[in-house]
Amino acid sequence: MKDKIITAEQAAEMIKDGSSVMVGGFMANGTAESIMDALVARGAKDLTCYCNDGGFGPQFDENGNETVAPRGIGKLIKNHSLKKLVATHIGLNKQVAEQMNNGSMEVELVPQGSMAEMIRAGGAGLGAIVTPTGVGTDIANGEFTLQEITIDGKEYLMMAPLHAEFAVLRGNIVDKKGNVFFKGTTKNFQTVMATAADTVIVEAEKVVEVGELDPDYVMTPYIFVDYIVVGGDK
Amino acid sequence: MASVKEIIAYRVAQELKDGYVVNLGIGLPTLVANYVPEGIDISLQSENGIIGMAGVSAPDHIDPNVVNSGGVNVDIYEGAAFFDSATSFGIIRGGHVDMTVLGALQVDQVGNIASHIIPGKMAPGMGGAMDLVVGAKKVVVAMQHTNKGAHKLFEEISLPATALRAVDMIVTELGVLEITEKGFTLRELAPGVTIEDIQAATGAPIVIDGEIKEMVMPPEA
Repeated sequence: MKDKIITAEQAAEMIKDGSSVMVGGFMANGTAESIMDALVARGAKDLTCYCNDGGFGPQFDENGNETVAPRGIGKLIKNHSLKKLVATHIGLNKQVAEQMNNGSMEVELVPQGSMAEMIRAGGAGLGAIVTPTGVGTDIANGEFTLQEITIDGKEYLMMAPLHAEFAVLRGNIVDKKGNVFFKGTTKNFQTVMATAADTVIVEAEKVVEVGELDPDYVMTPYIFVDYIVVGGDK
Repeated sequence: MASVKEIIAYRVAQELKDGYVVNLGIGLPTLVANYVPEGIDISLQSENGIIGMAGVSAPDHIDPNVVNSGGVNVDIYEGAAFFDSATSFGIIRGGHVDMTVLGALQVDQVGNIASHIIPGKMAPGMGGAMDLVVGAKKVVVAMQHTNKGAHKLFEEISLPATALRAVDMIVTELGVLEITEKGFTLRELAPGVTIEDIQAATGAPIVIDGEIKEMVMPPEA
């Protein structure tokens, strides 16, 4: 059996500047914080990230001192590591709007349900998704909209599948073979992202021996997982 | 005396029916959960992957793996279930949510809604709103009737649409309107509010078609 365990630093080295990266988590819930930290530490830049949101940005007191550290993908945004963010909601991290408005980061917004399904399609060999969401809105002219289509008299948008070079995820229990259990609401985009990237790196709260994770509780089967980072309860 | 937000949330809660699956937007709509009528059992859906969501967790009782769509730690009811985003939006888009309640920047008389962007000023992203208003069986807009006197209900929205022909009902502190083929059709007026009052606060014709009831108010505490 291939040893899949690497360090967060090795993961950050693997994700070269300019890479496309799916970042799991929903408002930092389920984001691989150790790998985020390692990417910041190595000064990652020019990443194109796919993430539900912009995470939480830092908070400052009246003197401009940081009082609350950023969380989730907010760490990468604060570090100016992104050249582009594809997301559904960015309103809870002011630094996203700042970088978008000063032109240092491009942002493409996609409806949340469409994004989930576009990533699922990207991992499931589908050529597109067809959804009623976004008909008659600016999304009809969005980057990922292939065409408007009418089926049985109802209007839909045909949206492109999404795929990336890397997916960076966080599981609560991961066995050494790479089977993953995601607790609570940390499943979010992670289960679909695991299927839609060339290289999938999962940060594990807890790593267990093969056989200790009941196959019935596996949410991402090991064949999708390339590397495991031991992250602890970060 | 109940606040304007409480008055609106209380009235919206009267739309709930036993067994409903409901998604509440952030802000005022969240208050609707405080007024679920007695004997009515609903399931709250949170688009980040919960059915059976309860309230915000007490600081000494937090599960770091469980949050609502705003990233705030929440409790769940016994028998709740978690799922991923693809399943969650299958539930939403697939017509398995009976009612969604959300705020709006503008709504027009055919039910077009603008709720997610003011170009040049505010662009937080649509999150799950576009899917929710397209997929939920009943879409209720819960908001103050005007923005400090400026109209929010129009013949035609001028801000970018979040969805077309999606809104079914609008509940404000002045009354209850249904979107029908005729337009903003008045169903209820809050106590002391006249047809002239609600017309003056609305940027499109108010349609009178059938009985106009008095809007129920929260009981005095």
